[in-house]
Amino acid sequence: MKHKTFFWFILPTFLAMFFFITLPIISVVIQSLHTPHENILITVENCDPFGCKKVTSIDHAATKDLKNEKPLGRFVGLDIYLDRGHLAFDQVKDHWNKSKDLFSFFSLISDLPFYKAIFFTLTFTFTVTPIMLVLGLLIALGVNSINKQLKGLIIFFSLLPMIVTPLIGSIILFWMIDSRGIVGNFLQLMFEDPNLSLKASTFLTWITLIVYGVWHAIPFSFIVFYAGLQTLPKDQIESAQIDGANTFQQTIHIIIPHIMPLITFVTLMQLMDNFRVFEPIIGFNAEAHATSLSWIIFNDLGGETRQLSAAATSSILTIFGIIILLIPVLIKTWKEFDFKK
Amino acid sequence: MNFNTSKNNKHNNLRNIIIYFLIFSWVFLAAFPFIWTFWGSFKVELDFFSIANWTNAITGENTEQTYGSPFTFVGYHGAWVQEEFWKAFINTSLVCFFVVFTSLTIGTLGAYALSRSNYKYTFWLLIMALIFRSMPPITLVAGYLPPFFEWNLWGILPTTIIVLVSINQPFTLWMLHSFFQNIPKELDESAKVDGCSQYQAFGHVIVPVMWPGIITTGLFSFLLAYNDFAVTSMLLSDENRTMIPQIAAFLGTTYTEGNVMFAVAAVVSATVPLFILIMFFQTKIVSGLTQGAVKG
Repeated sequence: MKHKTFFWFILPTFLAMFFFITLPIISVVIQSLHTPHENILITVENCDPFGCKKVTSIDHAATKDLKNEKPLGRFVGLDIYLDRGHLAFDQVKDHWNKSKDLFSFFSLISDLPFYKAIFFTLTFTFTVTPIMLVLGLLIALGVNSINKQLKGLIIFFSLLPMIVTPLIGSIILFWMIDSRGIVGNFLQLMFEDPNLSLKASTFLTWITLIVYGVWHAIPFSFIVFYAGLQTLPKDQIESAQIDGANTFQQTIHIIIPHIMPLITFVTLMQLMDNFRVFEPIIGFNAEAHATSLSWIIFNDLGGETRQLSAAATSSILTIFGIIILLIPVLIKTWKEFDFKK
Repeated sequence: MNFNTSKNNKHNNLRNIIIYFLIFSWVFLAAFPFIWTFWGSFKVELDFFSIANWTNAITGENTEQTYGSPFTFVGYHGAWVQEEFWKAFINTSLVCFFVVFTSLTIGTLGAYALSRSNYKYTFWLLIMALIFRSMPPITLVAGYLPPFFEWNLWGILPTTIIVLVSINQPFTLWMLHSFFQNIPKELDESAKVDGCSQYQAFGHVIVPVMWPGIITTGLFSFLLAYNDFAVTSMLLSDENRTMIPQIAAFLGTTYTEGNVMFAVAAVVSATVPLFILIMFFQTKIVSGLTQGAVKG
């Protein structure tokens, strides 16, 4: 395609992405390096018949002028990145010197809000991803081996947990695990503990969120693997059967290698998807026990205060995390692109 | 296969039992929460959250005592009429319609260009789109707020629609790009030999064969707009809220006022369109999910 034609075709989408993705990213970077102005204080001497007093008050006019002059606030460099709400270098150094072993070090820094969120985000990402891969593959293998009429119905119901809005899905499960809901009730009967509540402890909240994450993600791996199983080399399977390989051996030696590219694909997509976990924390009302990077940004942005600088800094750190996870995908795209020779 | 001996048959029976057990437990886990909540949305709170006996949620004992029938539309009436959920429904419809329409229009043009060009800059545009696509949308919101407040663009639907279109462009471009790559380039070439310009070739030859791909991509644009919570809840004012942020807002207020059933009814109402969508477009959704994956 000629350069000029290409330009006109790409222009609308390019402008949309430039103004609403590229510029906002630049704005977020700049905001993360600035902090709001402090109020300018003014000290005046008030004299009345009983004597003179010095009163310090906010000079509203001067503060407003300063804000108009420099709307971004004052430049603080990387200070916000290093403050207590983010990377907290001082506190981490302090904890490192104080703690005797690694375990106590980790338990100390997991009280810092940003590290607390990182711990949950990483735990969530690296538990949900392998579990959903294995279960998705098992279900795909199962569905592949049963008769045809049921398949459409099974796929229909299987799509629900993924297609339904994550916030809605988690709210629905949250109501069911409520101590007055059916699952909560059932668990209390099973463990013979009328006070059992999945919302009360950090450990149980994490388990709940991970179970939700798996439930939400299984359909994706199931559908992709199921599609991959339709292209299995039939002659290889048949000759393996004649040679006496059982189902397990066939799966390990023929099926898994055949769908390996799909396993890589699903893994990479899921790592990035689970890294941005956010809605279930709102849906399960779990912020007291589990926070994620996305949740921190959301929390800073909301409410009356709208701490834009803090949110911007967390955003940049989150983008860094995503780019690290993205590197294998970028390399793959590089290798596959058909460059003009 | 005639090689199976009777021992093998017994083995196969056991295997089939395990397979059916696995599949039916998954289908149960996937479907039951929705069926349960749908059924419960026609009950009163004392039945939906049953302290006395969990079977009340099925039989609706308290609902019958209060309203003389085990089914009641009180929750739905409360949500749609009293709490004016219909406004959120209309806002969602507007947002989804315009997001899908605009995304597809500019996305089809862009993706076509990307699939028919293999210069270096094409690659870098695709890479940029890939990076943008993987970024959580919430990370951009801090960049939107100051200018939107400054220029009084905050809180209204058109702003949110443009933002959602732009955020979804990277995804739309990649999906349509892989559909376009399945259409042989010879088709363009032969049209051009017949005297078409590149624009005419695109409009008269390529778009007609692209419809299945465009519809599939449209479904996913719809889902992205419909399901969005982070961006819509940050960029829309209270009266312009779409359904999902409105439900999140319900959660806070209805608990304190004892109107949990309003929230349950709202949640079920927001699930119904998705249910219908899967019913009609199941194969399209499946093909969209596997697009780009199966080819490796």
